[in-house]
Amino acid sequence: MDIKELYQEIILDHGKNPRNKNICKDFNKDAKGHNPLCGDKVHIFLKLSNEKKLENISFEGEGCAISMASASIMTEIIKGKQFNIAKKIQEDFLNMIKEGSKLNMNSLSDTENMTMMSLSGVKRFPMRVKCATLAWHTFIEAVEGNKKIVNTENQ
Amino acid sequence: MDTKEIKLKFPIFKNKVNGKQLVYLDSANSSQKPKTVIDRISKFYSKEFSNVGRSVHSLAVTATNRFEETRDLMQRYVNAKSREEIIFTKNATEAINLVASTYGEKFIESGDEILITELEHHANYVPWHFIREKKGAIIKFAKCNDRGEVDIDEIKKLITNKTKIIAVTHISNVTGAIMPIKKIVDLASQKKIPVLVDGCQGAPHIKVDMQELGCDFYAISCHKMYGPTGVGILYAKKKWLDILPPYQGGGGMIEEVKKDNITFPGSPTKYEAGTLQTAEIVGFSESIKFIEDVGIKNIMKHEKEILEYGLEKIKKNNSVKIIGEPKNRGSIISFTIKGIHPHDIATILDEDGVAIRAGHHCCQILHDKMGLAASARASLGIYNSKEDIDILSNAIKKCNKIFNN
Repeated sequence: MDIKELYQEIILDHGKNPRNKNICKDFNKDAKGHNPLCGDKVHIFLKLSNEKKLENISFEGEGCAISMASASIMTEIIKGKQFNIAKKIQEDFLNMIKEGSKLNMNSLSDTENMTMMSLSGVKRFPMRVKCATLAWHTFIEAVEGNKKIVNTENQ
Repeated sequence: MDTKEIKLKFPIFKNKVNGKQLVYLDSANSSQKPKTVIDRISKFYSKEFSNVGRSVHSLAVTATNRFEETRDLMQRYVNAKSREEIIFTKNATEAINLVASTYGEKFIESGDEILITELEHHANYVPWHFIREKKGAIIKFAKCNDRGEVDIDEIKKLITNKTKIIAVTHISNVTGAIMPIKKIVDLASQKKIPVLVDGCQGAPHIKVDMQELGCDFYAISCHKMYGPTGVGILYAKKKWLDILPPYQGGGGMIEEVKKDNITFPGSPTKYEAGTLQTAEIVGFSESIKFIEDVGIKNIMKHEKEILEYGLEKIKKNNSVKIIGEPKNRGSIISFTIKGIHPHDIATILDEDGVAIRAGHHCCQILHDKMGLAASARASLGIYNSKEDIDILSNAIKKCNKIFNN
């Protein structure tokens, strides 16, 4: 596989022009994630409704193209979805990155599937898996956690 | 220097990395090992192995002799006054912890000052932080300037009557700045303040002479000196070893053990508790011989030539910013590329067989000061050639191409 399959256009685009990179004003939950080995940092803000719908989600942070693109892609895909669906997408994403499994979400549109798939190349770069998964672990922590900082060394 | 010839002595260069020839530019992190070192460890285990300094059988005698030979070679390499001043540790980090712990315990009290610099590796900060916490001491940081070096005046102005130790790096592992150790020792000795030098980037690359430098403690990382992992060396003036308490307790470091009292021998035995990394220490003797065979002056000359070639070549790329511009520079080039995170740089370079380090290089204080979360670092060893730099330079251009910047 060529290095360009890791740094696909779609990733470079999200890395350079990240979507939802701000502090959304209506957030009611947030969590911080840190990857101490490479210094990637992400802070997820989200608004979860009483019906457990992710009405809004955004992030702040700094890090490599992979970590920033992954956070950007995540917010784009799960915004507006029910949390239980978003959690399944997260599990599916982690399986793709760590195990190389295919995505099997029927609830995603073709474009969403393709966008998620753009990160599948990370699997071949074990040292970079943590960059890609940081935002996704932090998102779950924001909803379910007890405000501990997510540390990828413990995942 | 014929680097092709040198590379032949290191088996690792026979391997391909991602289908490419290996361009190893991470020697400040850890260096590669010559075949003589690898073979020596194997031979020791196959033919000579026994624990040292304890039994009286023939193998124990041979093993002890081989082990102690490394101490003699090291004494000569750093020109220590006596062999008792060379203590084996598990790494340079442990060497610094040994001093911080024993010296700190005995001589540092609440309100006393420990003087370090903003260039320090975490290994020369965190151990002092423990003493700060334990004793209520204060750590002062001598400021690093825009060139990435610490001016002697910055150290001078922080020395007070409360300064109990000055702990500085010999060569910065980020900016490559070579510190004026002799001048620091001169300043410190006027007030009888001991000086500890973190020599991790010094000992493998430049001439280090303890009697000339005059420092009280000098910490060495053997795996950065073409030697095995698991071995560090603490050089310490005998006057300190005589009065400082032992570090770790256990077998091998005692004189007499009674139910109500224990007495300890002199150095280095007092500081070498338990069975050490015997085979690695024996193997390390071959690293010293290797360096001495090539000649430290030749190493300095060669690395300077490659460094200057590298700096010039990399500077030509407008998107690259080299970190620091010290007047005296060791063979380290840290850099950033506009718009590309260092970890992305390292991944892309790796695809071309180029091994560099990306991150804060255990120097978060310095990176914070420079407003950087991370940087990329190419660091040289005896085996690097101009061709390696050309490959690095082309791989950097590939980063530009992929990121379209």
